[in-house]
Order: sequence, then C-alpha cells, then structure tokens
Amino acid sequence: MKHFKNFALGSAVALGVALGGVVPQAAQAEDANYVPLLTYRTGPYAGSGIHIANGMADYLAMLNERDGGIGGVKLTIEECETGYDAQKGVECYEATKGKNALVYNPYSTGITLQLIPKASVDKIPVLSMGYGLSAAAVGGTFPWVFNVPDTYWDGASVVIKYIGEQEGGLENLKGKKIGYIFLDAGYGREPIPLLEQLASKYGFELLQYPVPGKEMQNQSSQWLNVRRDRPDYMVMWGWGAMNPTAIKEAVKIRYPMDKFIGVWWSAGEDDAAAGGAQAKGYKALNFSGVGMDFQALQDIKKYVVDAGKSPTDPESMGGTLYNRGVLNSVIIAEGIRAAQEKTGKKVLTGEDMRMGLESLNLDEARLAELGLGGFAHPMKVTCEDHAGSHPVFIQEWDGEKFVKVTDWIEPMKDVVRPLLEEAAKDYAEKNAPWPARTEACPN
Amino acid sequence: MFYREAGQFKTSYKADQALFPILQDKVGMAVILAVAFVLIPLTANDFFLTSIMIPFLVFSLAAIGLNVLTGYCGQLSLGTGAFMGVGAYAAYKLTTIFPDVNVVFLVLASGIFSALVGAIFGLPSLRIKGLYLAVTTLAAQFFLEWCFIRIPWLYNYNASGAIEVPTREMFGVIVSGAEATPIARYFVVLSVVVFIAFLVANVLRGRIGRSWMMIRDMDIAAELMGIRPLQTKLMAFAVSSYICGVAGAMMVFFWLNAAEPSSYSINLSFQILFMVILGGLGSLGGAFMGAAFIWILPVFLKFIPGTIGLEVGAETVQHLTFMIVGALIIFFLIVEPHGFARLWQIAKQKLRVWPFPY
Repeated sequence: MKHFKNFALGSAVALGVALGGVVPQAAQAEDANYVPLLTYRTGPYAGSGIHIANGMADYLAMLNERDGGIGGVKLTIEECETGYDAQKGVECYEATKGKNALVYNPYSTGITLQLIPKASVDKIPVLSMGYGLSAAAVGGTFPWVFNVPDTYWDGASVVIKYIGEQEGGLENLKGKKIGYIFLDAGYGREPIPLLEQLASKYGFELLQYPVPGKEMQNQSSQWLNVRRDRPDYMVMWGWGAMNPTAIKEAVKIRYPMDKFIGVWWSAGEDDAAAGGAQAKGYKALNFSGVGMDFQALQDIKKYVVDAGKSPTDPESMGGTLYNRGVLNSVIIAEGIRAAQEKTGKKVLTGEDMRMGLESLNLDEARLAELGLGGFAHPMKVTCEDHAGSHPVFIQEWDGEKFVKVTDWIEPMKDVVRPLLEEAAKDYAEKNAPWPARTEACPN
Repeated sequence: MFYREAGQFKTSYKADQALFPILQDKVGMAVILAVAFVLIPLTANDFFLTSIMIPFLVFSLAAIGLNVLTGYCGQLSLGTGAFMGVGAYAAYKLTTIFPDVNVVFLVLASGIFSALVGAIFGLPSLRIKGLYLAVTTLAAQFFLEWCFIRIPWLYNYNASGAIEVPTREMFGVIVSGAEATPIARYFVVLSVVVFIAFLVANVLRGRIGRSWMMIRDMDIAAELMGIRPLQTKLMAFAVSSYICGVAGAMMVFFWLNAAEPSSYSINLSFQILFMVILGGLGSLGGAFMGAAFIWILPVFLKFIPGTIGLEVGAETVQHLTFMIVGALIIFFLIVEPHGFARLWQIAKQKLRVWPFPY
C-alpha cells in the first residue's frame, strides 16, 4: 500500500505538470473561414442531435470537397460537444470564439438564450434556425440573432390554423380542447404565450402537460391526464428521447394519431417509428424536404459519406432531421456567400457574416442552382424581420416514412408579429440597458 | 528538507494560534495569492478566465460550503444544488427590485435567503442522521427545483423560464452581464472567494467550528459537554447554505449570465459532493483541489487530442473524458480514501524528511 501511495502521489504530480503544459492552442488557418458547430452526439438528446450534427457537418464538408469551400476559401469545421447542456455550450462558445468564429448554431434554446447577450458584444451572429427566442425575429432589437425561417410562434400559429381547417374554420374551435405536451424547458415553454393568446381569441381551451427533462422517458402520468381530459387535439413540442416516448404513450392510450401534431423538432423518423404500426397518422410540421431526391444530397453521399469522410449512417440520410441539418448548413453557406459578395473579402469575420445573413435571399432559382429545388420554401431575411414567418407544411407518418400531406401553410403573421415586437420590447426592458441597434442595414 | 518547521519558535500565544503558524505556509499562501491576483490576470486569455478560473473558483466556494456541513459537521446533504439555486434566484430578484444597489453586495445578501431556506430544511437533522438525512435534503433539492420551474414570479415571468443577468456596474466598471470583461468578473469572484475562505478558515478553528466537529465526531458526547445539538446543526446548515447561495449567485452573475432551473439540478449537488469527497472531507484546501479535479481536468482532457494532432470526433473525446475522469476518481479513492488533502499531507511529510526518509 505504501508503494501504491507513492505511485499515486507521483502520478498526481506528473498529471499536474502535464496539464500545465497543455493550453488550448488556437489553431487557426489564415486563409479559411472557421465555422464552429455546437453539437450533441451524447446524452439524452443524442437521438435527435446526431442526425442534425451529421447533416450540418456533411453539407459543409461536401462544399469543401466538391467546390474547395466557398468563394475559393475552404471552411474549417470544428464540432464541440455540448450534450444539450447550457454550461457546456457556453464553455464551447468561449473555447472557440477566439478563432474568428463566423456564426454559432447552438441547437438548444437554453444555450441560445445565453449566447444572445454575448452575440452583440463579441460581434458574432447566432443562427438559431427555427428555434431559440421567438422575439429575436425583431431585427431592430436583436441585430445579431437570426431565427430564419420561422419562430416557434409561427409554428404554433400554423398548428392552430391547420386544426381550424380540419374543423371547418377557425370559428369552430370554440369550446374545443387542445392539449399541449411540451418539454419543460425554455424550448417547450416558448410557444405558450402565443397559444394562450390564440386560445382566448378563438375560444378553445388550452390544456398544458409539461414533461420535465429528466423524466421525459416516463410520461405515463401526463398521458393518464390526457386520457382523463380527452383533448380534441394534441400538440407536441418535444425533443430527444421525449418524442418516441410520447408517441409510444399516445399509442398506448389509443389516442387518435391523426389528431396528434408535433412541431418540426418532433418530426424524426425514429421518433414516429417507435410507436409501431399504430403510430400511423401522426403528423408533424416541417420546413425542409424529406428524401434523397436532391442533387446536393447525392453530392454529399458521393463526396463525403461514400468516401468514408463522415460518421453518417447512409441509411439515415434523407431523413427529416438529417435534411434539417443540411438546410441549416445551406443557410450558413449562403450567408457566407452573401457576405463575400457584400464585402468583397474572401476571409470573413463575424461582423461580415452578420451582414451576409441579414441579406440572405434564398429564392427558388438559387435553391435550384444549389441542387435543392423544392427542398425548402424560398426564404428571405430583412433587417426588420430575422425570421420571416415563412410557410411550413405538415407531414404524416404512413408507417414507414413521412409523407407531405398539406401544401405550404402561411403562419398568422398578423397575430405573431405584434406579439413578437411586444416580446422584444419586453426583453430589452428586462435586460436594460439593452444596446440599441447601431449596425447599418446592408440591404 | 524543503518543509521543515524546526527552528521556528513561537514566543507568544498569538504566534502559536496564527492561521499559518509555519513560515513555509505563509510563503506558500502569499505565492498562491500573488499568482491568483497578479500572474493569472496578466497572462491568461479570455478562455482560461471564463471557462476555467471563474467556474473553478465558484465550485471551490460551493465545495467549501458543503464541506462546512458534511466535512466539519458530519451532516450529509444532497441539496447543495438547490441551495445554490436559492442564492441565484434571490440575487436575481434583488437586483431587479434594487437595480442601483451594488451587485456584489446583493450577491452577498442573497446568501441570507439561502441560509434561511437551508436552516428550515436542516430541521430534520436533529432526529435524522446519516443517509436518512441525505434523503430529506434530497427532498429539498426536488422541492426547490420545482419552485424554480413553477413559480414564475421568481424569474420575472420570462417566457423562457430562465433568469438573465442584467448589466451592472461597480465603481464605473461593468462586472455582470454580457459586456463585463472576463478580467473584471474574475477579480470580483476571486475577491469574494478569498474573503469567504479566510472567514470560514477562522470560524472553523474557533468555538463554533470546534462545536461542529464535536457534533460530527460524537454527538452524544458533545451534548453531554454542553453543546446544544439543534442550534449547532442548524447553524452549520445556515452557514453552509449561505456559502453555497453566494456561490450559486456568483455562478449565474459572473459566469453563466443566464441560468435555467436545470442548471441547479441534482447533478450539480452530486458534482459538489464529489468535489468534497475527492478533495477530502473536512479540509478547505481539499475543496479547492477537488473542484480543480472535477472541473478543470475534463476541460483539459478535451483539448489534449487536438493539441497532439489526433483527429478524434468531439463525441469520442467526450466519452473518453467521462471514462478517464471516472477511472481516476476510483483510482484516487482506492489509494487515498481521505482525498487529495490527505495526499497533500503525505507529500508535505515526505518533503519534510527528504532526502533521508525513515
């Protein structure tokens, strides 16, 4: 034991000395654009996070392989594992921001909320594609945050609109009960103000079923309540292991699946497949294409996945979440391209990237040029509107895959926009002194 | 040889009872403080300050807080995370109600709320001991976490349910919020930690600390000698929760800038408990060493593959870090169950007799 102790002592000293020598080096190539990706391939949200991470990394890697980067400048891609944990996310941010990071994609509403105040100080934009703080769509208050193509409030308004259509008009919602099951975190709580507003406007009753993050794999109590309350429709804001569990529980209590609608983050194939054959009819919002019938995706397969340069399982390509990750990277890449055009520089900074994202205009012709015709609705960012409230569609699980069942549905802009502006004002007041926008509008 | 106290005579009671009676300790402490106050701010980059030093100091303070309760008074607690949360939410409410009051003062005051809550949840400790007490403090953890989620008044009815720290100045320097420089935040955190650590070190060797240790070592004997168990235990709970509350408030004000209820979950309680156990129960130095091991080591491990030029995926590094840290925890607990503080003592003994060990 004595020798053992000596050994322990020695190793502790050696470890301390060794650690002193290792200081994170800023490995930064001068002629490359550095894009850090905050991802999570571990932890309870990995089931969703892996597909997103693969999609994001693969598209950017494909641009490097096929075109030699963007505008002749390679992209340096670095993943940092956050585990969907806000503290680790901030640590990743601090560790990578010094390497001239262009943009951050936190992939967690919790991390996004922490990065929003930092973005304007460090002059690095935050791109929270279809998540994060809804109020960030107000570009006048949040010049550094982008949540194109839609905020959660847009999504929630589309769900209500769709339910209204099913009932033969929004006025028929009066007296109906709509259940809302959500991950009890910043993410799931985000749409509640809008849903409450719509509930009072159209006279339906909103029943809330919060699912705490650490108990998301045990939702029997929530679904027992659902069975008791018998809501006419169920709306879900779930992520990670919460989605398949909820669908399984819904099947178990024989909830009519065609009246169960998830947000675009509850639209994974694995999520729906967990419910087995009875999950048929489950619906989810979506704004990115499903399937592999796109030239860009074929290129990813050819240049990256089949070449063995990615951990992606070829089977998972073309899935909802994988394609969502690809769309995220398309927005990054187009932002970089727009910034290069605007500034005439090849190697960019975060400030250039902000301008690029603010002048993003992904029209149909451009999408077709990218090999992604029909992959997403054309989207445009303006200085006032960083989300754009773009139309989304609803897809249905047919037992094997998701099928698009509606056309593009426009969100209720007239309801959402005033609320967004009010929320932005409220945020600025609560976080006073909130910096006023000084960045010029590039458009 | 290197650590010999021979020849250092104490000629007065004052010298004998000094906090650091030996010259080497005095010099060592002075060097550590010089490094912390001068060398690190001069040389460190932003990442080192914000992601390593500030969290390390915050966790050290929390570990000191839990050490007061578990290490010195012998009451096992799993509610540390929640008590830290009480401090954070109290400081947040205080700064929204009194925006003009100095934020450091508010952070120190927020500990009082945490102390009150801690004392209330410490009440069962008179009747319940050991692991059973751990279960009742677990109740505190779950109840308080529930409050953080379900009482919207605590987070000013924010739609996100998170508390976001506003920008606050102190003597014309911004110390909290996103615009605060890491250096300013580091100095505030360091000053508070050093201040509280010295305060606690002195409390511990006085009457109060000794009565805690008596309760820890044998509560019946302590009672027979005139220590009142209820007051003593409750005081330990209050002091411990006060320190944890201040640490929690600093965690959100000077490190994270925003916090969700999940930041103060049971995981945080366990993390702090591991720091205390690994560092050494009943040792202030151990609290710092434990915090360094649990917080700093994984951060460094993350960067090792990149530094030596290995191409490893981010998630593999994460898995490896988990495994290495886990294995090291088991290793150190097997070779030295009394923690790093004990290892340090052995090292001192070896330095004392080197090069002629007997």
